[in-house]
Amino acid sequence: MTDFALSLDYRGMKCPRPIIELNRRIGEVPPDGLVEIWADDPAAGPDLAAWCRMRGHELVLADGIRFVVRQLGPR
Amino acid sequence: MLPDAQQAWQAGQQAGWGDPLRLHRAGRLAAQALDRAREVVAGAVGARPDEVVFTASGAHSSYAAVAGLARGRRRTGSRIVTTAVDHSSVLGAAAASGDHYAVGVDRHGRVDLDQWVNALAVGGTALATIQVANHEVGTLQPYAEAIAAGEQAGVPVVLDATAALGRVDLSHSTGWSVLTGWAGAFGGPASVGLLVIRRGARWRAPYPIDDYQDHRWPGVPDVPAIWAGAVALDNWLRFGRAVGERQHQLVDRLRAGILERVPEVDVAGDPVHRVPHLLTFSALYVDGETLTSELDRAGFAVASGSACSASSEHPSHVLAAMGALTHGNVRIGLTRTTTARQVDGFLAVLPPIVAGIRERLQAR
Repeated sequence: MTDFALSLDYRGMKCPRPIIELNRRIGEVPPDGLVEIWADDPAAGPDLAAWCRMRGHELVLADGIRFVVRQLGPR
Repeated sequence: MLPDAQQAWQAGQQAGWGDPLRLHRAGRLAAQALDRAREVVAGAVGARPDEVVFTASGAHSSYAAVAGLARGRRRTGSRIVTTAVDHSSVLGAAAASGDHYAVGVDRHGRVDLDQWVNALAVGGTALATIQVANHEVGTLQPYAEAIAAGEQAGVPVVLDATAALGRVDLSHSTGWSVLTGWAGAFGGPASVGLLVIRRGARWRAPYPIDDYQDHRWPGVPDVPAIWAGAVALDNWLRFGRAVGERQHQLVDRLRAGILERVPEVDVAGDPVHRVPHLLTFSALYVDGETLTSELDRAGFAVASGSACSASSEHPSHVLAAMGALTHGNVRIGLTRTTTARQVDGFLAVLPPIVAGIRERLQAR
């Protein structure tokens, strides 16, 4: 089983709140650590991908409303 | 709307034009105006005047183009290829008229030509659609190459010229089967759509027709509105080059200024190969609704592709397909009278507005 440094539930949250919350918490994750995110806003998928690109993180998984991000960017 | 087009519309309404199919004087005058309007459009896109049809909107033109070719080609198959960034009216028409397949785009929104060629080679493909330029981010598509691939594969291509008409020279464009446009995009009435159907195209009207417009679009045409649209287009064909050069520079200035002054911003679209007047960007940790309304209060009317600000619950499919940020999105369309001073004014108000929203959302 994969170990997540953080597991965040943003279901019911509207854009851009999930990205704001994730950005607030990402500093708690060690380099190369994984974050699991649940988010059901229709903008969550594209915005997580764009946020990862802009911040230098890696979107490891995007499966429906479940996402996994690897912390690679500046803390 | 352009002042010239407004005047033409009023003059047309006062001219006493009648039903263009009737032989009385009022009808003949209307028919002449309609003929002249067809000539303007035909000249703009390298077509014959008798290939030009006026519909009721850009969305109507999209539907007529896609559903009409699907109908004419139904013996070949029901597969319809679009790009992922086509206008929603084109995507909707494709989904309603056959088995829709969308070809992906790169970071700038430019269609992947290899994927396009492969998609057209699949048997049973009735038609394909591509834009000259994207309506949200302005990126020019490789439409000439895409059309040539269509000819090679024997697949008729719908060319959506909505964002490009008057701004990109299409007077020598060839190879497309149906071309679409909308007068509202070039300073004409929103109630006039353009539909140019090549003679010989396998297009069949996908709705009941009558004698008007050579059995291609039903109902008495609104000649004063059409006339105003033709005047607007004619205006662009005459003066568009100079306006376009100025707008291109102003958008360069906007783009550079936004990147310099607003941290964590994603500017979308091709910086060089684009229509002159459009710029789209997204600011992280900002909601599009607040951003557009605060810009409006500061005197700047802008659009947004963010889900939280648009009429839809879903974010812009164009931004999503490009991998661009969809929240905090702003779409700027310059008018022909936009000045460098206005651009600088925008660049002055934007950074504190974005910073203020981020602070209120506690995004730091």
